[in-house]
This record gives sequence, structure tokens and C-alpha cells, in this order.
Amino acid sequence: MFKNPEELKYTKTHEWVKEEDGLYVVGLTDFAQDALGDIVFVNLPQTGDTVTAGESFSDVESVKAVSDVFSPVTGIVAEINEEILDNPALVNEDCYGAWLIKVSDVTGTEELLDAAAYEEVCANEA
Amino acid sequence: MKLLFERSVKGRGSDILPEITTGSYRPEAKYLRQSKMHLPEISEVDLGRHYTQLMKQTHGVNDGFYPLGSCTMKYNPRVDEETASLPNFTQIHPLQPVNTVQGCMKVLHKAGRLLCEITGMDAMTFEPAAGAHGEYTGLLLIRKYHQDRNDTERVNIIVPDSAHGTNPASAAMAGFKVVNIPSNDKGGVDLEALRAAVGKDTAGLMLTNPNTLGLFDPNILEITRIVHEAGGLCYYDGANLNAIMGRVRPGDMGFDCVHLNLHKTFATPHGGGGPGSGPVGCKEFLKKFLPCHMVEERDEFYYFADPEKSMGQVRSFYGNFLVVVKALTYILTLGKKGIPEASGKAVLNANYMMHQLKDHYHVAYDQICMHEFVLSLDDLKKETGVSAMDIAKGSLDFGIHPPTMYFPLIVHEALMFEPAETESRETIDEAVKIYLDLFEKAHSDPEYLHNAPHHCPIGRPDEVKAAREPVLKYEFND
Repeated sequence: MFKNPEELKYTKTHEWVKEEDGLYVVGLTDFAQDALGDIVFVNLPQTGDTVTAGESFSDVESVKAVSDVFSPVTGIVAEINEEILDNPALVNEDCYGAWLIKVSDVTGTEELLDAAAYEEVCANEA
Repeated sequence: MKLLFERSVKGRGSDILPEITTGSYRPEAKYLRQSKMHLPEISEVDLGRHYTQLMKQTHGVNDGFYPLGSCTMKYNPRVDEETASLPNFTQIHPLQPVNTVQGCMKVLHKAGRLLCEITGMDAMTFEPAAGAHGEYTGLLLIRKYHQDRNDTERVNIIVPDSAHGTNPASAAMAGFKVVNIPSNDKGGVDLEALRAAVGKDTAGLMLTNPNTLGLFDPNILEITRIVHEAGGLCYYDGANLNAIMGRVRPGDMGFDCVHLNLHKTFATPHGGGGPGSGPVGCKEFLKKFLPCHMVEERDEFYYFADPEKSMGQVRSFYGNFLVVVKALTYILTLGKKGIPEASGKAVLNANYMMHQLKDHYHVAYDQICMHEFVLSLDDLKKETGVSAMDIAKGSLDFGIHPPTMYFPLIVHEALMFEPAETESRETIDEAVKIYLDLFEKAHSDPEYLHNAPHHCPIGRPDEVKAAREPVLKYEFND
């Protein structure tokens, strides 16, 4: 089925998150990119914006629909992946490499799942 | 195929356009266009062939079955086009004195009254140009209502997750915050979630009933009661009125305002890029906020009047008038007996089709449906690799327009069928046979369907490239 790296944490709403150099890196899971289909646009916040755990910080448009992306953490956007804005197909090609945002000053998180628990969520939805 | 600009040859022309008889007028130099006009120069016969060629690449309701769910692509009687073409309707100007266009005023007045009767509303504006514009106007009514009572805390519009995408979009455009609530396992509104969502900040609820799954919500009276008790208003999205017209009225379900899509339900062709018409109706207490130019009547004289606390105009002049002419013709030709017959047959046709498909395809919510139903091809895709898209493309080879795909979003691999009342039993039987054959083909030769259609002028346009790198205008060399 879907490959979900062990070292990442996941949300029920199909985002992944990992800690890296004091920042939280956020992206979309394999399940999400597969369900969305070919992604044609990604809207990202600006650096310095605040994101809130459980609330939408971005939307992605695929040939099927526009969907919200929810933040796994509360904090401040430190960096956005500009490359994705020009080439949203990267999310389909390598969803665990193509991160969306990096968040600093994190004060709280959503309920985060490990890979095994997340795979269960996916199995129930499929 | 070549574009009109590519067919153009300098000096060639036709006599299609009449001579100018009003004399020439040359505006001041500063108003003149600087760039070249690039009007195509083309003979009449080549022009005709160009459009005939284009026509052959399309599929309309005159070509064959068109079960595009949520869109009501029914056949519209020719008589409605005929009346809308009468010169007394077409050769008028919106600024003409009202005493010279009393017939047209009467059309607006009478159509408004009849549509109020069908929806259970008290007043109706024809200004909104189409459905989403109607939604926006309806939401402005709700906003004006709360503002007028100095109740400024009501900022939330509640929208179920099965709603048309336009609902949350219109609410956001009208300055509201959208609160999404989930559906229950029967596809209706989750009452507990609704109770939890309403409060002092609730401006209103937007609902389609029957909803986008083609299901009539049996809790509708309870739903509107919950919203009213919290102080909010209820907005009815009339997109699916074709299922209930003449049988049950949004006004009696507890809705305070509605929009209709005359171009779905009331005899204007739909999907050609317009014009449409999205009239908004409301109960008496909201009437004073309606847009300007309401047609009133006194002693058989019709005139325009602006409601007391009108939101102002939402569109130039009086909306798409000729669409209203078609709607009035449709209502009058069908009459009190024909309108409920039409909705009844729309529902019967959908159930008849669903019933014959359901032993093979998985019906997303297996219960009696209204005018449309949704299949989920999730299982088929897992088993054979054939997706909803593949089946839709496959049906093109048999002269059927694909059903709505991948909507509503809460159903995976969704195909949504709306046969509409104008299709015969023979047409539906034939379509059912085609879909059952496609189901078999998915198991015997999935590759064939991955590459379908095989016999259409256009097969699988590159949707991804079209979205990522759209070419929106023709680039001339000079």
C-alpha cells in the first residue's frame, strides 16, 4: 500500500510532520496525494504568518477538487517551499521530500500519530 | 482543428453583416484603439464549416443521453425558445419608459408570483445572473437582516460537508465565516453536529434538499427549527428543485430565502456558458432588503419600486430577462398538473436507473433516491484498476455524456447520475445496458477502458497541463 516513513509523525487529516534543526517540517502524506490525484496548484502562507494546530493553513487544487491542508502544529511560518509553488507536481512525485512549510516557535501540536497508527487511519478510510 | 484566426485570409469576407445605415462616427483620437483589431476575414461558407466542425466535437442533449448529476441537463421544450425570440421581448431597451413595456413588466411580475407559489416564498428578485450570484444575494439578505437588528455577532454560516462548493465560496464572499458540519451515515445532516455548531454567532444555514447525494433529508423540519431557535436564518439552495417542484415547498420546510436556477429547472439550456438566471425569493420579513427594481402592480399597471431598506442593485438593470420569459412559458405550458408530474418522473427515472445498476455497481447510499444518485467505484477500482474516470470516458464511445465525476467529495470514486424527467424508459434501458457492459469490460479488459474513449474526436485532454499552463488567448505574430 502506501509507504509511510517510520521517523515521521502524522495527523488524522493526512499531513506529516518532523522535527529538524528546531523547526517543524510539514507536508502531505502519500495517501493524501494519491486521493487528490494530479495536483495543479498549491497555496501557501507567507513566512511570518501564524499557523494553528488543526486549522487550515494552505489549500491544494487537484484535477478533482480543492482541499484544505491542516496544520499539525501551532507556531510561526519560518520558511515555505517556493519550489512547490512553481511545480506542484513535486507533491505527487515525492510527497515526503516535497515539504510545504517549516514552522518555528511551536507552542502546541495536534494529536500526532506514529506510522503504524496512521496506517490504521488510512486503512479505515480506504 | 484550425482556429478562426488561422483560417483568415486578408481581403476575404462575407455579407453576413448588414450595411451601416446610421452614418459614421469617429471618436476623438485618444479613445481610438492603438493595437490591431485582428478580426478574422473569412467567407460565409468557411465560417459555417468552422462552427459545424466545432459542433461535431461537442455533446449536447440533442446528441444523446446527458446524465450529468447536480446539473439537471434536461431537454428544454422548443416552445420556450420560441416565446423568448418574439420581437416584442427582444427588441426593447432596458431604459424604455415602463408604460411602453407593460407586457414585459407583466412577465416579470407573473413569473415572480408563480415561482413564489412553487417555492413557498413571498417575494422574488430576478436580478442575480445565475446560481452562485443568487447564493451571494441570498446571503446578503441574511446579513442585512442581522445588521438591521444590530446583531453584529452573527458571523457564521453553517454548511454541510456534502454541499455544492459554491455554498462556502458564496458565504466567504459575503463576508461570513464558514462552519462545516459532517453528514450522518444516511447522507443527511448530522443533527448532533448541527446542535453543537449553532449559537449566538450563527447567521444562518445553507442547505440543498434533496442534497448533493440525491437524498431528501427527513429531518428537515428539525434542522430548520434548530437554526431558527439559535436565531439564525435558513437558506435553500435551489439547485435540486427539479426533484421536488410542485410537491413540497422550501418555504414549508422552514426556509427563509431561496435561490433558483432557472437554467436548470425552468427551461433554459444549461452549460453553454450562459446566460442563466438565479432569482432569489424570500419570506415577507426579508422583502424590504431585496435588490432594487422590484416589479409592483397597481390597477393593472406595472412599475418598478425599490424595497424600503434595499441592498441596492446586484446586477445591471433587471437580470437576464429572456431567461425569465422561458421560465414563465415553461410553467404556464406545464401548469399545475404538469409541474409535479415532471418532478415525479425525474425521481422515478433516477430510481429506475439506480435499481438496475445496483446489483453490480456499489450505490453510495442505498436507499430510495430523489432525482439523482451516486455510485462509488472504489471497490471496482481496487479490484480491476478501472476508475470512475475510466468508466466515464468509456461511456463516451457509446454516445453518453459522462455523469458527474468525483463529486460529492465525501464519496470516493463517485459517479453521480441524474437522468432527468425528459428521458424515456427506452433511453434509460439502453444506458443501463451500456454501463453494465462497461462493468464487465472493466473485469475482462481494464486496459481498454484505461485508454477509452476510442471513437471520439477528443479523447483524454491533458487536464493537468490545462490547469498548470492554460493558454487563454491567441497570440498574433504582429
